[in-house]
Amino acid sequence: MTVDQEIQKEQAVMQERRKRSMTQWAAFVLLGIGSLFGFFFLAFILYWVISQSASAISWEFLTAAPRDMARAGGIAPMIVGSIYITGGALLVAMPFALGSAIWLSEYAWKGWWLRAIRIGVNTLAGVPSIVFGLVGLGLFVFVFDFGVSLLAGMCTLAMLSLPILIRASEEALRSVPRSFREGALALGATRWYMIRTVVLPTAIPGILTGSVLGMARAIGETAPIMFTATAFMLSNPWPTSLFEKVATLPYHLFGLIKISQHYNETKAIQYGTVFVLMVVVTLLNLTAIIWRTRVRRKKAW
Amino acid sequence: MVKRPEHREIDATAGRDAQVDATRAWVKRTFYGETIIEIWDLDFFYGRNRVLHDVSLGIPKDGVTAIMGPSGCGKSTLLRTLNRMYEVVPGARATGEVIFEGENLLKSDPVILRHKIGMVFQRPNPFPKSIFDNVAYGPRIHGLRNRRKLADLVEDALHRAALWDEVKDRLKDSAFSLSGGQQQRLCIARALAVRPRILLMDEPCSALDPKASDRIEHTARELAEELTVIIVTHNLQQAGRVSDNVAVLLADGELAEFGPTRSIFESPQDERVADYLCGRFG
Repeated sequence: MTVDQEIQKEQAVMQERRKRSMTQWAAFVLLGIGSLFGFFFLAFILYWVISQSASAISWEFLTAAPRDMARAGGIAPMIVGSIYITGGALLVAMPFALGSAIWLSEYAWKGWWLRAIRIGVNTLAGVPSIVFGLVGLGLFVFVFDFGVSLLAGMCTLAMLSLPILIRASEEALRSVPRSFREGALALGATRWYMIRTVVLPTAIPGILTGSVLGMARAIGETAPIMFTATAFMLSNPWPTSLFEKVATLPYHLFGLIKISQHYNETKAIQYGTVFVLMVVVTLLNLTAIIWRTRVRRKKAW
Repeated sequence: MVKRPEHREIDATAGRDAQVDATRAWVKRTFYGETIIEIWDLDFFYGRNRVLHDVSLGIPKDGVTAIMGPSGCGKSTLLRTLNRMYEVVPGARATGEVIFEGENLLKSDPVILRHKIGMVFQRPNPFPKSIFDNVAYGPRIHGLRNRRKLADLVEDALHRAALWDEVKDRLKDSAFSLSGGQQQRLCIARALAVRPRILLMDEPCSALDPKASDRIEHTARELAEELTVIIVTHNLQQAGRVSDNVAVLLADGELAEFGPTRSIFESPQDERVADYLCGRFG
């Protein structure tokens, strides 16, 4: 091989290498920009909502009922109503969720039956929420005859959040070390005694965090409650009874835009409502996260 | 010197009762005592994988019996058969007879059985509860609610596990505030509070430092005065220090030798056991 040939070969290798590093660099930049979008949209949404709602947010907005066809006053009853309906849904769903989570993680034997139930739970999580709305209307409002009421809404939302709660509880139960179970069984505990005295107490913090996260997911849902529970501009907006209609944040927004005749005058209030909803969701998530880190730090196993 | 009993002195064609009697007589002669558990033709499977082969063994009532062998030979499995703890593993199955108090314990109620046969695990596994509640857990299963009686039981169990002096002022503290060795002794106390007749120990020192191990061994020796202790260990020195009798399992889950510790350590009959004891394998 002559010197020239060697130099040519060397150059070819270098070029190849340069090309490769260009591709690397391009991919890095493109993907980086892509990943920025996620952050960018969040920042944009926050900026947009906050800037549009700034003129509406006041102490009165947070503590008073709406006045003058929702063109003035506040949204306090809707905050309370939303918390009631999701909290109630949690109370309704929790016994079922906990029961099936315990069964799935502690009792179920591996096999097609367990797989079928898992698939069922996961599919339930993927059912569009408006379907829950319609089924809730048929089942709770008419068959159970709750009427369009807080109670019917709670039950519908409970159905919707069931899969999330089951999964969170099951995960918490499964994270209890096997050695705890063995320790209890070796002392002559029956299975249920072991679950009741060792597994559940250890898993409860995880279950509670999971359910707060489930609540945060459910509070923004509109479709399941719009037929079953909620209404716009009630004569008495404050929730009084399980069998009365209830005002909620997401449906209030819906009403401001699609029902009220004063769309343009209530713009700031629309964004204010959304802002408050976001704050409530953030607070719930924050509670869960703080709770979880605190429990994790205390955990000694 | 002693070999597996059924091989030389017991007529395998005799009836079951005659075999049991012969084993008892054999154990009595060899160990100068009675048996508490007799194991007959025990086979053990995880799924299709056979872990124990035809193990027959009479465990003496007095003293500490060690089960030894290379890792993976099924010694923990043998121990877990005795209180049916193998059942927590799906697909695990034992066939044969394990006679305890005149009954085949493989067919009896595991919950009742575990009241009589306590267990200490490889790693200390206290519950995330207070020291007191850990020890009181067993008695509470039986419905004991009387505070005074519970307190007495807890104190007694902690005394016997040689832990009382270290924890008497902080019974309300979390069990996880204890050191590893203390946690293991707490687990011993927890098992003792149920007043078992047999205490199974599954490599109880494997997660502990030498000093803590020493205390556990000491405790095991003391406990052997009042109940039967069966200990699994892969540590020859530990078996030599702590046990009166030793059973050696080989890698294929076969019982190679069983007899008083000293005679097996000094003059093993089986060549493979001799190799194992010299550290040539396992």
